[in-house]
Amino acid sequence: MARKISMKQAINEALDLEMRRDPTVIVLGEDIVGGAGAPGEIDAWGGVLGVTKGLHAKHGNRLMDTPLSESAYIGAAIGAAACGMRPVAELMFLDFMGVCFDQILNQAAKFKYMFGGKAKTPVVIRAMVGAGFRAAAQHSQMLTPLFTHVPGLKVVCPSDAYDAKGLLIQAIRDDDPVIFCEHKALYGSECDVPEESYAIPFAEANVVREGKDVTIVSYGLTVHRALEAAETLAKTGVQAEIIDLRTLSPIDWDTVIESVETTGRLVVVDEANPRCSIAGDVAAHVAQNAFGALKAAPQMVTAPHTPVPFSPVLEDLYIPSADAIVAAANKTTARALAA
Amino acid sequence: MNERIKPIVMPKWGLSMAEGKVTGWLKSAGAKIAVGDEIVEVETDKIAGVVEAGDTGTLRRVLGAPDTVYPVKALIGVIAADDVPDEEIDAYVAEYAAHAAEAGDEEEAGPRYEFVDTPAGRLRYARRSQTGGGDGARAIILVHGFGGDLDNWLFNIDTLAEAGTVYALDLPGHGQSDKAVKDASLKGLSEALIGFMDALDITSAHLVGHSMGGAVVAQTALDQPGRVSSITLISSAGLGEEINRDYTDGFVAAASRRDLKPVLEHLFHDPATVTRQLVDDLLKYKRLDGVDAALKALSSALFPGGRQSAVLAEALKAAPTPVLVIWGESDQVIPAAHAAALGDRARVDVIGEAGHMVQMEKAGRVNELVLNHITA
Repeated sequence: MARKISMKQAINEALDLEMRRDPTVIVLGEDIVGGAGAPGEIDAWGGVLGVTKGLHAKHGNRLMDTPLSESAYIGAAIGAAACGMRPVAELMFLDFMGVCFDQILNQAAKFKYMFGGKAKTPVVIRAMVGAGFRAAAQHSQMLTPLFTHVPGLKVVCPSDAYDAKGLLIQAIRDDDPVIFCEHKALYGSECDVPEESYAIPFAEANVVREGKDVTIVSYGLTVHRALEAAETLAKTGVQAEIIDLRTLSPIDWDTVIESVETTGRLVVVDEANPRCSIAGDVAAHVAQNAFGALKAAPQMVTAPHTPVPFSPVLEDLYIPSADAIVAAANKTTARALAA
Repeated sequence: MNERIKPIVMPKWGLSMAEGKVTGWLKSAGAKIAVGDEIVEVETDKIAGVVEAGDTGTLRRVLGAPDTVYPVKALIGVIAADDVPDEEIDAYVAEYAAHAAEAGDEEEAGPRYEFVDTPAGRLRYARRSQTGGGDGARAIILVHGFGGDLDNWLFNIDTLAEAGTVYALDLPGHGQSDKAVKDASLKGLSEALIGFMDALDITSAHLVGHSMGGAVVAQTALDQPGRVSSITLISSAGLGEEINRDYTDGFVAAASRRDLKPVLEHLFHDPATVTRQLVDDLLKYKRLDGVDAALKALSSALFPGGRQSAVLAEALKAAPTPVLVIWGESDQVIPAAHAAALGDRARVDVIGEAGHMVQMEKAGRVNELVLNHITA
């Protein structure tokens, strides 16, 4: 039975359902149970923003509060995965990944390859991404391109509650390490989500709006900005097709190429910094593989090449806006924005 | 309100429909209209369909503008006899708008989906009966086909309620019913249907089955003739061996929108009926845990190797239950030739410009045929 729940609830539900289904699923992270392991405060927190709240009461010690040492517990999660468990480690902010990079990119991502396919590492690392939360430069980055760069890692970034639940269930069932990126500004966004378990396959982009004039490719929060932009564009007679990539590695090139072959125009919207970004990746792939279909140069709408500002005014300007997407789309259609 | 003036309103197709878009008028202002004429095309986020006339007269006003979205029950046209003065019609339109504004949200508490526990698991169903009029004692049960659900009847359920209380259920493994199919044979599904009737204290009913659901109701009529007042077999399985394997296997295998859309286009005379939302909704269903196993179990029990395993035609010829057979002429899933399988034993109607989902594509005609059959 579908009902409206938030992305935060959808993630909690996915963890709950998978822990019920599979006894090897465990959850570990900082403050995901009681906060600093303090007795008497069990289930007080449920993680920094309460995503795992209530799960300890249902699954007990299969949820574990860890010390404030990302290198230790991410390493422990990866080791447990190599030994037959399916751990879900919560890393709070993806920005903190730096201190456990060896475990992720040199160990987890390499085991299957270096052991000739005989080892698997079914670990999920959940972490918040993105700006707009007034959390300053060390807690607001969209670092997805760092992980899509590494073969052996899967990278997921849902844009709504339905996708978050189905993609997290798929991530837990997947035998490879998955970096699961949750945009903190979307935690409260609600949509229809079935109560039952379901898995959304990786590398299947979602066409969230159909249109014939320009293809807008995005993921995460900026999918919603693209939808706003499409409304504005529609008023001027431009029908935008919007593709939510959902999984960044593996990526659904077919859907992107098919769409560009219809529209002939591409705008890629990425909250990551522009250099070596998802936007650059998609633009390059389309330019190389569908050049003949393009009627105009692909446009990228990204954050600027700066840290995320703490000033609220500047932070609001930092995230790609609907206006910027409209302007980029109009550039591909050679229509000047009425100013 | 003036009783000589009849409204054409934005229909409500299914519980979730709140608004619809007028996509085009098939009749222009001044046209003579007979009951059942297709008047205006409407599209929702789920499905495209046609509004049929419920009254006779002249189309005096075309109010719904193409490509414009209107809420359910909004006045989009007016039918009246030629001698009704224009002023009266204008007054009617004005009054209708005022009335609609007053009505507000009071209709929000419409019928909802219900669930019932049966030996075959927890089953979802919708129930409709018309207050006043209608024969409350008569039960009509609508049984969808392979991979379908009760919303396959969204253009039928309200109209059929003129003849009694209508139930549309989700079979085990389908819709929002339990996904475990304990017995994937026709007998098993028929027992699930009987279990559903038992749980709701329905002693006997008119059974209407589509596709695989047709074979289920036929099996039920053979096994439990005392509980089946009549059967209607729509594009039904169980009347011959042929079935389009590209559809059945394709539906089971499709894991993405790209794979599923061409498969679903087999279902309709007009492939444009398959909207993005229809594909998305079916993909969401197919992704639920247990659905893949249920569909595979049903497919291998009922149409192994691209042939139907159970042909009930000969048995039905010998059975006492009244039978109506309806088919869409351009059915690409089960050939319309099967409509003749019962010979003189059944009333048969093959409807043109309709495919496998004839009850959606030609709802008005199908509803009329079923109502005549049930009330005969």
